[in-house]
Amino acid sequence: MATETTHHVAMTLSDHLPVLAILVPFVAAPLCVLLGSRSLTWPITFLASAASFVISFLLLLSVIDGGFISYHIGGWAPPLGIEYRVDAANAFVLFLVTGISTIVLPYARESVKSEIPERHHTLFYACFLLCLTGLLGVAVTGDAFNVFVFLEISSLSTYVLIAQGSYRDRRALTAAYDYLIMGTIGATFFVIGLGMLYMATGTLNMADLADRIADQGANRTVRAAFAFIVVGIGLKVAIYPLHLWLPNAYTYAPSAVTAFLAATATKVAVYVLMRFLFSVFQPSFLFEVNTLEFMIIPFAILAMFAASFIAIFQTDLKRLLAYSSIAQIGYMLLGIGLLNESGVAAAVAHLFNHGITKAVLFMGVGALVLRSGGSFFDRIEGMGKLMPWTSAAIVIGGLSLIGVPGTAGFLSKWLLVQGALEKGWWPIAILVVLSSLLAVIYVWRIVEAMYLRSPASDIEAKEAPLSMLVPIWIMALACIYFGFATDITLTASHTAAQGLLAGPVGLN
Amino acid sequence: MLIPALATVTNIVFRNQPNLRDGITLAAAVATFVTVLTILSNVGNGTTEPLVLFEILPGIDIAFNVEPLGLLFAIVASGLWILTHIYGIGYMRGNNESHHARFFACFSFAISTVMGIAFASNMFTLFLFYELLTLSTYPLVAHKGTEEAIRGARTYLGILIGTSIGLQLVAVIWTYAITGTLDFTKGGILEGHISGPMVAILLALYAFGIGKAALMPFHRWLPAAMVAPTPVSALLHAVAVVKAGVFTMLKVGIYIFGIDFLAETGASEWLMWLAAFSIIAASVVAMTKDNLKARLAYSTVSQLSYITLGMALATSMGALGGGMHIAMHAMGKITLFMCAGSIYVATHKTNISQMTGLGRIMPITFGAFLIGALSIIGLPPLGGSWSKWLLIVGAADTGQWVMIGVLMASSLLNVAYLLPLVGRGFFLTDPDAEQGGAMAESPLLVWLPPAITAIGCIVLFFFAGDLQDFLSPIVAAD
Repeated sequence: MATETTHHVAMTLSDHLPVLAILVPFVAAPLCVLLGSRSLTWPITFLASAASFVISFLLLLSVIDGGFISYHIGGWAPPLGIEYRVDAANAFVLFLVTGISTIVLPYARESVKSEIPERHHTLFYACFLLCLTGLLGVAVTGDAFNVFVFLEISSLSTYVLIAQGSYRDRRALTAAYDYLIMGTIGATFFVIGLGMLYMATGTLNMADLADRIADQGANRTVRAAFAFIVVGIGLKVAIYPLHLWLPNAYTYAPSAVTAFLAATATKVAVYVLMRFLFSVFQPSFLFEVNTLEFMIIPFAILAMFAASFIAIFQTDLKRLLAYSSIAQIGYMLLGIGLLNESGVAAAVAHLFNHGITKAVLFMGVGALVLRSGGSFFDRIEGMGKLMPWTSAAIVIGGLSLIGVPGTAGFLSKWLLVQGALEKGWWPIAILVVLSSLLAVIYVWRIVEAMYLRSPASDIEAKEAPLSMLVPIWIMALACIYFGFATDITLTASHTAAQGLLAGPVGLN
Repeated sequence: MLIPALATVTNIVFRNQPNLRDGITLAAAVATFVTVLTILSNVGNGTTEPLVLFEILPGIDIAFNVEPLGLLFAIVASGLWILTHIYGIGYMRGNNESHHARFFACFSFAISTVMGIAFASNMFTLFLFYELLTLSTYPLVAHKGTEEAIRGARTYLGILIGTSIGLQLVAVIWTYAITGTLDFTKGGILEGHISGPMVAILLALYAFGIGKAALMPFHRWLPAAMVAPTPVSALLHAVAVVKAGVFTMLKVGIYIFGIDFLAETGASEWLMWLAAFSIIAASVVAMTKDNLKARLAYSTVSQLSYITLGMALATSMGALGGGMHIAMHAMGKITLFMCAGSIYVATHKTNISQMTGLGRIMPITFGAFLIGALSIIGLPPLGGSWSKWLLIVGAADTGQWVMIGVLMASSLLNVAYLLPLVGRGFFLTDPDAEQGGAMAESPLLVWLPPAITAIGCIVLFFFAGDLQDFLSPIVAAD
């Protein structure tokens, strides 16, 4: 079934798709800065993102039936050369990331204008492209060290993007600084882990690593490396006790950045975690099973409940959604921890579904902020009347967050409960549904504030501009579309899950 | 013959777009009713092939088909929708309520989800529309926008969403996990897949998860939802929402578990006792309520448990009686609610103790109330007597003498809490009121619908036999 294409000489353009997906935004970023023309920046950014989106879609189509593409950078064969390896799991992630960025960008245009001074726009979009490059690179690469490089590219540009929120609220600076410290600690842990693996095995190619680790079995170095890597990525994923950077970063970043990051950055990190847990290390290692059962699952459940509880008591809408994100990451981790096909498929599907759901919500809230001047609850009261379209989209997003049937969020929750039941862990299945009841509470606080209270007297809000509404509604409709037409998500996530769970064997 | 029927089913689901204007909505209501009747004449009491719209997961579709129980439910809901709509127009205008457009839009949407529930051909589709119904009625309950309304609506939403996601969804997924299908199948799908105490646990997840059936202790939402304007209470809480609950309960009992399977395993015995407790306890609570709508709400809780009881008896007579009670109780209870609303429109009185002597001022309203009350109590020649008769026969079949006692006692309690109002209205005179007050009925649009449904209660008595024949295939052996 493998559709491996090994070229040392490039034949056609389509063979270069994996690298093109990354090169396009990567080249576009300096182009923006060098041209220095404000009017051209946005079109270039948008085109680059759209091109990547088309490429990702083509990639997804070519691997959705279970094969993979291996691309050798510069024609150097792995394990010496750097390899890009696209299979269903990461093609799906690429599809999500580029899709979100392409839809967020038109939205960003208006939102950025109001939140960031004009002289910084060029640099802002350049950073945005770099961030996109980094995220795509992390997803597509098959080389462990390359993951680190791209992770840093995306992280560094993220720090800058978050700090751009300081024109609206100075606290964005401390938020970015917090994230810088935490992110760097995470990256350091990650690279230490990689160093140990390199020491133990002498290779950095993922497939090769997997083989050699399997050959030599678990020893102390490998275990230590495993611990460092999981904690390092865990910081990026914002696994519950390692989440402290996230609420502030999401709250104070510019609205467009929040929408983009919330929908993509943590999702890519979750993907990396899965890649390392399943492909590089073998799930059959006892220590890994223990880690999953005694560490990941308890923390996942803790996240589902604690973060949801915290979300209920927030007074700032963006912060509420940020905590809800932490809780939702708990679902993905739980799916991973279940270690069966339904569970992992649930994690992959939730990664996608939650991405689009949070994109709607953060974009919608961004639109409210644009018109009402703040994201606190007292500023959004009565918005259901003043901005009916934006509010309706937020309601749809909220329903998907709860997991009401007919929305995207339902599907992943269904898979998750099914995964838990297959394992016979029915208490966990019940915990999953109970925690989604907490989501009902915080979503309903938003709905009540928007629809059943009258607006503060000084707000003269009107409906958001069309350039924001259209992206918001594309995402809102996607939430519903993927709730009914589950073909794409279901096939992709199951193929991805099979591929991931097959471990190193599936990689060769 | 099947194709037009199937096409109309989809039409019903999709055509009821919220229309802002009363006339168009009314036309839609009539059209829905006519369509349902068309299906009735086309399909009779057979079962059609499911019409599949989407496949969500392998073995789980969004699909619809027609079968007698669902058809009955659809006829009741769509028929009463017409009357309630007329009544709603009168009530909303008579009381100068705000936000007419939002009100009627949600109203119509709620009805279309009810149609979805009625024609769902598998548990998943049913669950989907069940949730949509909750969500679409939430704005109706919160309609007044006062603190009290918001609090009531919160309770409403909290309990209904809480039970459905927390319990029912688990039950649905569990069923899917062990059987691989969720289609409603004659005779049930669970037999052979599950045994022992697990059957009872699964049944408990369903029984409590279907919060709309208001089985104690999950009945609190019903009285809470009474803050809604009366047309909402009448249609949604006497007909659509609660009936969707018990309808789901019957569907689960008949098509998921299978009556025979339940009878064999005895898994539903505890449910029977719980239903019996609900019947008596809610009736007793109803007696203590002075607010008329609250009293009716508890009466509904009690009556719903009749239907649950019918299912839990696990005999075909019981299930038939339960199915029939959906129609009978709907007709009776909607009359009572509309009368309560009519009294409110005319006099702005909500408490029974204030209604002394009103019967002479509003004879038609109180007359209709009397008939509705008698039907609920189950006296011939009113519709309610037949369903109660069947339930008692069902109980006798299984030798559950206690249940017969419960049904009888409950009838007496019904007398005790429903009839005093009529007596107070007609026979006592209010010493404070100025004497010789002329008749002052509420507006025509408000008193006419309850009068029609009251007559409906009488008519149903004479057509009960047809109804029973119509429903009988749902429990007939293959």
